[in-house]
Amino acid sequence: MENFTPLSALIGGTFIGLGALLLMAALGRIAGISGIASQAIFQKQDRSWRLAFVAGLLLGPLLVTLVIKDFSFSTPELGPRTIIAGLLVGLGTAWGSGCTSGHGVCGIGRFSLRSITATLIFMAVGVLVASLF
Amino acid sequence: MQIIIAFVAGLLMSIGIAVSMMIDPAKVLAFLDLSGNWDPSLALVMAAALAVYSVGFHLVRGKPAPLLAEKFQLPSVTKLDKPILIGAAVFGLGWGLVGYCPGPALAALSAGSPATLVFVLAMIAGWYLARRWPLPH
Repeated sequence: MENFTPLSALIGGTFIGLGALLLMAALGRIAGISGIASQAIFQKQDRSWRLAFVAGLLLGPLLVTLVIKDFSFSTPELGPRTIIAGLLVGLGTAWGSGCTSGHGVCGIGRFSLRSITATLIFMAVGVLVASLF
Repeated sequence: MQIIIAFVAGLLMSIGIAVSMMIDPAKVLAFLDLSGNWDPSLALVMAAALAVYSVGFHLVRGKPAPLLAEKFQLPSVTKLDKPILIGAAVFGLGWGLVGYCPGPALAALSAGSPATLVFVLAMIAGWYLARRWPLPH
């Protein structure tokens, strides 16, 4: 467990919770990233706030890089696995109406049975796949 | 005003994704992979986000309307149906393979890695295909 980073995890999680809460308090919307981003692309109605949300999402890490000078993170290797995983994540979050943010944070946060079940399933499958492959 | 707030909300969330290092798929896989050197950090990211959101949501929900919109828009479907069960499993499969879920993948685009871009394009293709072929209930 030498990779355990509790402080940055708690601070980062607080930011995620605050961002999601702001969207609910001000716009009355669930901060589901897969739903907002896919509708920003494929749905004309209510597009502007969704595009603005995605723009914020894209720029956040650049801001962090400006503040924390030695901030860096790894990216995956390019290969068939990247394409298959991306497709599965897209299909699954669209069919399942949400991802870690929409179900895992907002859904569980409002005690939705659907979201609690969905989160348990994608966590369990994610653990299984990551542990086996 | 709605647009500015939505931008700030997205910004806050991706700052959180970056600071917590969820933006790093290796960090996410270290949480999901129980067979190796397990890293529980992601559980704390979720715990903190949930603590803030669940308390805040229930305070906010007591108000007649959100600050900048006419009404709260919450999902109308509450039943557990086939699409959510299958969809969540398919998502878990992809998540466990690479360690990216949609938020971190989008947030990581700014690093300019071709693999991240390819993942995001494949994810968008997945969104499109699922809209074309929705699962029967």
